[in-house]
Amino acid sequence: MTARRLIIVGPLAYLAIFFLYPLGAIFERSFEGSRTDLGPVTEVLVAAAVPLIAYLFAHRKSPEKTPIQTLSTAWFLAPVVATAIVLLVLRIGVISVDPFNKLLGDSYYLGRIWFTIWQATVSTMLTVAIGLPVAYLFAKHDFPGKSVLKAVSTVPFIMPTIVVAMGFIALLGPQGLVNSALMDVFGLDTPPTRITNTLLIIFLAHAFYNYSIVVRIVSTFWANLNPRLEESAAMLGAGRFNTFRYVTLPLLLPAIVSSAVLAFAFAFTSFGVVLVLGGSQFATLEVATYELTAKLFRLELAGALAIIQMVFTYAFLLIYTRFQAGAAVRVDLVPHEVTSKGRRSASRTLFLIAIIMGVLAMLSPLWALFERALSSGGGYSFTHFTSLFSNESGSYFYRSPITTIWNSVRFATATMVISLVVGTIVAYFLARPRHRGAGVLDALFMLPLGVSAVIMGFGFLIAFNKDPLDLRASWLILVIAHTLIAYPFVIRSLLPALRGMPVQLQEAAAVLGASPVKTFFHIDLPILSRALLVGATFAFAVSMGEFGASLLLVRPEFTTMPIAIFRLLSQPGAANIGQALAMSSILMVIVAMGFVGIERFRYKDMGGF
Amino acid sequence: MISKLTAVVMVLLMVTVLAACSSDSEDENRELVIMTHDSFNIGEDVIKAFEDANNATVVIQPAGDTGEALVRAILEKGNPSADLFYGIDNTYLGRALDEGIFDTYEPDGLDNVPIQFILDSTNHVTSIDYGYVNLNYDKAALAEAGLEPPQLLEQLTGSNWKGKLVVENPATSSPGLAFLIATVAYFGEEGLYTYLDFWKDMKANDVLVKDGWSDAYYGDFTMYGGDRPLVVSYATSPAAEFLFADPAVSEPPTGNILIDKATFLQIEGIGILKGADSPNLARKFIDFALERRFQEDFPDKMFVYPVNPDAETPDFFQFAEVPAQPAGLTAEEIGEKREEWIEAWTEVVLR
Repeated sequence: MTARRLIIVGPLAYLAIFFLYPLGAIFERSFEGSRTDLGPVTEVLVAAAVPLIAYLFAHRKSPEKTPIQTLSTAWFLAPVVATAIVLLVLRIGVISVDPFNKLLGDSYYLGRIWFTIWQATVSTMLTVAIGLPVAYLFAKHDFPGKSVLKAVSTVPFIMPTIVVAMGFIALLGPQGLVNSALMDVFGLDTPPTRITNTLLIIFLAHAFYNYSIVVRIVSTFWANLNPRLEESAAMLGAGRFNTFRYVTLPLLLPAIVSSAVLAFAFAFTSFGVVLVLGGSQFATLEVATYELTAKLFRLELAGALAIIQMVFTYAFLLIYTRFQAGAAVRVDLVPHEVTSKGRRSASRTLFLIAIIMGVLAMLSPLWALFERALSSGGGYSFTHFTSLFSNESGSYFYRSPITTIWNSVRFATATMVISLVVGTIVAYFLARPRHRGAGVLDALFMLPLGVSAVIMGFGFLIAFNKDPLDLRASWLILVIAHTLIAYPFVIRSLLPALRGMPVQLQEAAAVLGASPVKTFFHIDLPILSRALLVGATFAFAVSMGEFGASLLLVRPEFTTMPIAIFRLLSQPGAANIGQALAMSSILMVIVAMGFVGIERFRYKDMGGF
Repeated sequence: MISKLTAVVMVLLMVTVLAACSSDSEDENRELVIMTHDSFNIGEDVIKAFEDANNATVVIQPAGDTGEALVRAILEKGNPSADLFYGIDNTYLGRALDEGIFDTYEPDGLDNVPIQFILDSTNHVTSIDYGYVNLNYDKAALAEAGLEPPQLLEQLTGSNWKGKLVVENPATSSPGLAFLIATVAYFGEEGLYTYLDFWKDMKANDVLVKDGWSDAYYGDFTMYGGDRPLVVSYATSPAAEFLFADPAVSEPPTGNILIDKATFLQIEGIGILKGADSPNLARKFIDFALERRFQEDFPDKMFVYPVNPDAETPDFFQFAEVPAQPAGLTAEEIGEKREEWIEAWTEVVLR
């Protein structure tokens, strides 16, 4: 039982090599001028002393444990990992406080910090508010076309920001559908609504991007929740609202918090969305770090700002993980078939239709893109699609859609597999037995979500540039970068289910003589399969949609669909837009097919639960 | 007790990682790696011709935008992953020279390049192409608003131009920075009405700032559904609009506004990275890049002009008019002041 817990060393090593080491490498470079080294002797001393002290401390905390049990407690692991960070990130040097003072004394950067925090908070609240009714729809109801609607509703998550922005503009922009219609009806000369380049559209866009995280994670949990409690409440005379407010909501809280953490992290580090739709006055910390790095070449300030962003992210994650661990209740998870509603009343059907219409309306910016991809030469045709398949200008960088689709799909699949392995191990470790130190590790594993992408990208380039880890020409560098953003989804979707899983089942299996492997496949996996699939879906999606790191890291032969779209949109001209939107349409279809495929996997291979 | 399946998977993963790491290090003497920005484009057959003539393999490695690619080259100083760096322009030259990432080289075709297009007199960077950053206007939208294209930049601060212009952020975008520099040249840094006074007035006149060219052009320009009939773009953009028009047109739907000293000449060049694995091949490539074959290939792909005066440009370049008098600031002046200008601009316009 305990030796099994030591398997956490695998993911910790992964994190150390592919996250902490590149981060350390780039920070070492950026603080070159303002760092005083303490020398190798001190480094070795500290490196040796910390595990020893941590071990003694952990041993004192629970003296009854065997040495190996002590080694696998968070009391031991957390300080050791923390030291590893210090060693790798800062190389035990004393960084001068000057760059930090400079940033924190500058009203511009303080403004960026404040704006980043509050826009992420508001965006997350809106995201959850929109996600919950849709989660209810998918959790509690079966209707024709459900799996397709579910897949399509997750598509926004992977769309390139500029393409989504064009969808929004086609609908809500000054010359968009809504404004044109209003102008026609009321005979106005100027567009009556102005929503582009305002804060409102940033919140809407964040919700548009991230609501599917809430939908997927919450609906999966909800579907497995035993309706007995709700039924008892109803029986005792509680109205529908009170039952939801006092029974269902508290039970769902772990899943809601789990998805909210991810939505928050994405809004917090938002780069493209805020800029394309809101304009430069709405820059986040992420943007400020990019400016300092790539335009002003102030690597020292950029490094300091990245550290400030990490500290904030880590603090938020600590609060969240602590809250989540506290909110977890041992709930009765039962097969989905038991929970779906059998009866249909007219008002319920109406409610259902309303939510489905809502989802379709939410997705309307995407329909607008299809429409534009198909319009050519003043009418409708597949011209833009067919011209994607020919290299008209004879460019060196041209790759046929077949190649880019294949690249995207294989990178996404590799990302998904690695993330599932890493994420599952971590989730198991964190789920039980519960100890207070676990939150520290939990937040640490989530930290890659909060690190500036541009800093991380350069970290990769300078860390993996020599043997035995010269990854610069390999596609693995990209997959590894993607897994760092992808495996947190596996952890967050698994944790609520794992914490809610009845232990008795596993114990019973063990008593009856089942091996751990057998127990995992016959007890755990069926109960967790849905949550695992949610994690898999997002791990796949993260990689399919990512293009910032790809642009920085990848050679032309590994061009993915988002990179192809980006290249088309870097030139003026209607045909370029048409082809970019045609490519985006293909991306949407491929991704939706991938989602449906992942969903199918469950029914075929695991017998459903 | 470790779950066997997980253990097996972990081992397989490790093996894959290690296998991939070791397979990339074969001897690469005949491989030429060119690092560049992600707007770089060239014909497949042109690269093939160079490969065949030199019995070599060419790998072109885009590494983000110019700023990102340059940071990468700086961080890799001494152990570069490429032999050549393509895409240094006069707004970044100072930084690249300060960092000393390039070796010098004087290619064969350099004498042929007109003096005004020589980017670097110290021969670390060889000019290959050039372009102009200036205001573009949407012909139909201006006509509908009853406006004529402005003759002077000052006009843009007038109430009839309120909310009509979208620019790119000089702190994040190359054309944005180029246009800021043009305004510095146009209004000057001292006197009664400086470039900062202009930007202050532009802010009051509701100028919109976007972080990148695509965001501004495809997000806010009236041509593509926005509400700004003026955009900071390139002198070749109307030509591209003509080439890519759908349905085809007889003349471009957009036009250039070429006000004296309010346009920016952007010269792009190539340099050999210090510590390159294949310096000889790199020199040959620079020679090749100045030849007509190469110079005539990129104009319709990158929408820039060739520095070799013998090279012919495609017919539709008639719509890419060349400004008579672009802003006259040298790369040295720009290198010295760019950060100061960007910060001052950010202070006035965004804070």
